[in-house]
Parts: sequence; structure tokens; C-alpha cells
Amino acid sequence: MIEITHLSKRFEQFTAVDDLSFKVVEGEVLGFLGPNGAGKSTTMKIITGFLAPSAGSVKVDGHDLADDALAAKALMGYLPEGAPSYGDMTTLDFLRFVAEVRGFKGEELVQRVSRVLAEVELESVALQKIETLSKGFKRRVGLAQAIMHDPKVLILDEPTDGLDPNQKQHVRELIKNLARDKIVIISTHILEEVSAVCTRAVIIANGKLVADGTPSELEASSQYHHAVSVRLTSDYDIAADLASVDGIAGVEVDADDAHEVRVLASGGRSIYAQISKIAQEKQWPVDELHVSRGQLEDVFKQVTAGGVSHG
Amino acid sequence: MGNLGIIFRRELASYFSTPLAYIFIVIFLITNGIFTFELGGFFLRGQADLLPFFSFHPWLYLFMVPAIAMTLWADERKTGTIELLLTLPIRLADAVLGKFLAAWALTGIALALTFPIWITVNYLGEPDNGVIVAAYLGSWFMAGGFLAIGSCMSAATKNSVIAFILTVSLCFLFVIMGSPILLEAFPDWLPQTVVDAFAAMGFLTHYDSISKGVLDIRDFLFFAVFIGAWLVASAIVIEIKKAN
Repeated sequence: MIEITHLSKRFEQFTAVDDLSFKVVEGEVLGFLGPNGAGKSTTMKIITGFLAPSAGSVKVDGHDLADDALAAKALMGYLPEGAPSYGDMTTLDFLRFVAEVRGFKGEELVQRVSRVLAEVELESVALQKIETLSKGFKRRVGLAQAIMHDPKVLILDEPTDGLDPNQKQHVRELIKNLARDKIVIISTHILEEVSAVCTRAVIIANGKLVADGTPSELEASSQYHHAVSVRLTSDYDIAADLASVDGIAGVEVDADDAHEVRVLASGGRSIYAQISKIAQEKQWPVDELHVSRGQLEDVFKQVTAGGVSHG
Repeated sequence: MGNLGIIFRRELASYFSTPLAYIFIVIFLITNGIFTFELGGFFLRGQADLLPFFSFHPWLYLFMVPAIAMTLWADERKTGTIELLLTLPIRLADAVLGKFLAAWALTGIALALTFPIWITVNYLGEPDNGVIVAAYLGSWFMAGGFLAIGSCMSAATKNSVIAFILTVSLCFLFVIMGSPILLEAFPDWLPQTVVDAFAAMGFLTHYDSISKGVLDIRDFLFFAVFIGAWLVASAIVIEIKKAN
């Protein structure tokens, strides 16, 4: 388990992380979201022991980073932002170096290295210098070193940044396979990735936690959750018909197309049946009527702009 | 093998996986040759010793050693590998010392490859080989002192060129600290102890006596403590600076 308690990090000019507290348990794949500069990378750097916090503490499986850093670091695999590695080494030499530092020797070292080479499909470039590799391969070298010791805790800072769609898919599969009985923390600003691989999402803005829940919980907290989209064939004032109806939070008309109308549900209630009944009674000139699910993107916008806290 | 050894081997191998180590060694040997035979008048002196060879080393190191030292930490920070290195289960002390020792080993290899001149002087006459061994050791320790300063300067900046310039400047200061020209420039009213303390920090004060065969353990101790102090300073600077 990772316990983050009242974590703060202040730099000279600004506060990057501001009184952040949360826990992550085994089996969770935590998506760590936030706008650029929200403090995602700084938090990850503190969790992995690269930076010391200004206040608060991080415990990894009971090992406090402040006084038992080596034990905590031994439990973690970390892919830093940009996947840095020693460019003048070959992929194989670099991975052997990491394996040695992780305490592997002899036959086991050879097996570990060849296993991760296979796992992230790096065999073809094993003998090439890392600086000559493409971005996608470099990223995979970074992943390979992070999973070398089959770590209990895997912390990946934008693992799919700069990869092509196929490679992204591959890395996501890899993360899903690795995630069993582990703690995985992924920072990303690709929201579809969160829905695809994460069991839980945490959104931070200005160093503060603004949302925490499963991806579907977060989607449900969107103001567009259960909203009914109506596509009209001619001009019609829907709002007038709905003015006295309960359970409706508002009516939004698309700015570009006056025939696209969204009826927002209040309190996350399902209003589809109601709306479709009214539409029939009043004979709305309807072309299309459907329920929209909340989108993580909407929640992301809501909480990072307004700073409202959710579920 | 401990982490110190693993880092040492990785660093040393990385010097030799690029042309850096070879260029360093070749230029070191050529410049040494020019200094010793052309400027030092090795043959003209008609003496079977290596004094002209060793007496140029402080000036040679002044530019050669900072060139190795400048990348020690600056490159790690520039490429971001410092984040990788320091989140592995490695003590900072092992990382600082391992890197330093690898660079020091490279200067040691370059220095050892000057052995033909030792053979030459033994072929031509009967030098005091004890003095020569001591001088080699002293020279190597002095190179370590230069490197330790460089390690700290390299930790202080992401830019290796700035690290180079800072290191050369500081090394120059420590070289001339013990030189008579500088000491005579002190005003008379300064207490002698201050002047002595200043002179005692100078590289030349210690190196000159070693290279002339005056074997005093205190001179070696000076370099050992000097190296240790700058490496501790390196670790502190890395801790402070790694966030930026």
C-alpha cells in the first residue's frame, strides 16, 4: 500500500503540491490526471524518492521515504517523464546495469534481462545503442528497466507519450497484464487511457486533489451524465415545454447549430423516459433522441477549471 | 558486487564506449611528450630523473581533467538520467564516489600509459625509482583533487561548458595558491599564519615536494582530505540542485 499524507512541495516561486493525501492499495491501477503543471510529475518524483517533500510523508508498504528510502525504492519500478536512459549504452548493457543494481546476479540476471526484453519486444534492438533508437523504442527501454524486478509498485510518468496508436495499445495491454496484485500509478493526460486501463482516477489541479473515484464514478459526476441530446429538424423552443418539469437542470443549445439541444438531468437522475414522453405529447420535430453518458473530459474540465470537489 | 562497483564499472565503460577516453588519453600523452621533451629539456638537462615530466602536470591537468569532470553530473541532469539513477536503490554516496572513481581511474590509466618515459630514463641512466613512483602517485592524487572540484562544479549546473569553465577557474586558483608569486603579493600586515594557511591549501606546495621525492604522508593526506571534502560538497549540491 502507498500512503500519501498531507504531502506538500513548495519551490521558490510556487507550490507544486499542496496538502495532498490519498492511499493506493494492491490491485489498483491509479490514473493520475491533471492539467500540465498541476503537480503530477512532482508528486511522482516525491513518491519515488527523487525529491524530498516540503511537508507530509509518503509510505510504501510501511517504508517511509524519509528514513527508509532504499527499502522503499527497492519495491518500486519507475519510468520518469521522457523515459531517460544512458544513450551511449546498448539496450542490453543498460538493462544489465539496472538488473545488477536491482541485485540480480549470474543466471538469474540473464533470465530477468531476456524476460523483459521479450515482454516489451526489444529483442531486435538489444545490441543497438539507445541513442540511435526511435522514440517508441526508447520509451519501451524505460518501461523494461521499470519492470525488471517485477516490482510491487509501478510508477509510470506518461508511459504512452509519443507512441503511435499501436504501440499505445501494446503498452496498455502490458500495464493491464502487469497490474495483478500490484500497485500501478500512471500519469497521463490522455483520458481514454484512464477508461481503458485504470480502476481508479485521481484528478489534481494546482497541486490539490479535486476528484477521486473509479472512471465510471467520475463520469457519473459529469453535468452531462444522463443528459438527453435532442436533434431537431426545425426551430422549436424545447425549453418552454420543459420549464415546469421536475428533474431537469437546464437546456443547452449548441452554439454552432441551433437544432442540437442538450437537456441536462439534475442530480444524476435518468430523464430519458420523461423527455421522450413530452416529445411525443408536444410533437417535437425530433430527428434523433439519445442519452449521453458523462465524459471524463467534461469532468476534467469541470474540476480543473472550477476546483469543485467530487466523490 | 556492491552498487559502488556497479556504478564504477558502468561509468568507466561509458568513457570507453565513446571516443572520449581515447581522445583524452592520446592528447594527454602527446601533450606530455611535448612538455617534457620540448619545453622541459628532458635530454638537455642530462639528469636521470623525471622532474621536467612531472612539473608540467599541474598545468596539463588544469585543462585536461576538467574536460572529463564536466560531464560527471551535468549530463545526468541534462538528459534526466539523474532521476533514473537516484530512484534506483542506490545510496547517493555510492553514486558520487562511483562516478568519481571511474573518472579518476581514467586519469590513472592515462598516467600509467606514460610508462615508456620511465623505461627511457631507466635505459639512459640510473634514476631513483622510489622517487618516480612517489611522484606518479602524487600526480595521480593531484588529478583526483582536480576531479573532485570538477565533480562539484558539474553537480552545480546542467551546462557542462559552464561546469568546465568554473572547474578550470577554481583549479587554477588552487594551483597558484601555493606559488611564491602569489604569496609575495600579500600585504605585509597580514599575519603569517594566514599566509601559511593560504599556501597550505595550494596544490603546488604539496605536489612539488612529492614530485621532488620528499615523501611526506601529510602531502598525500592533504589531497585525500581535499578530495573527500569536495565529494561531500558534490553530494550536497546534488541534493539541493536536483529539483530544478
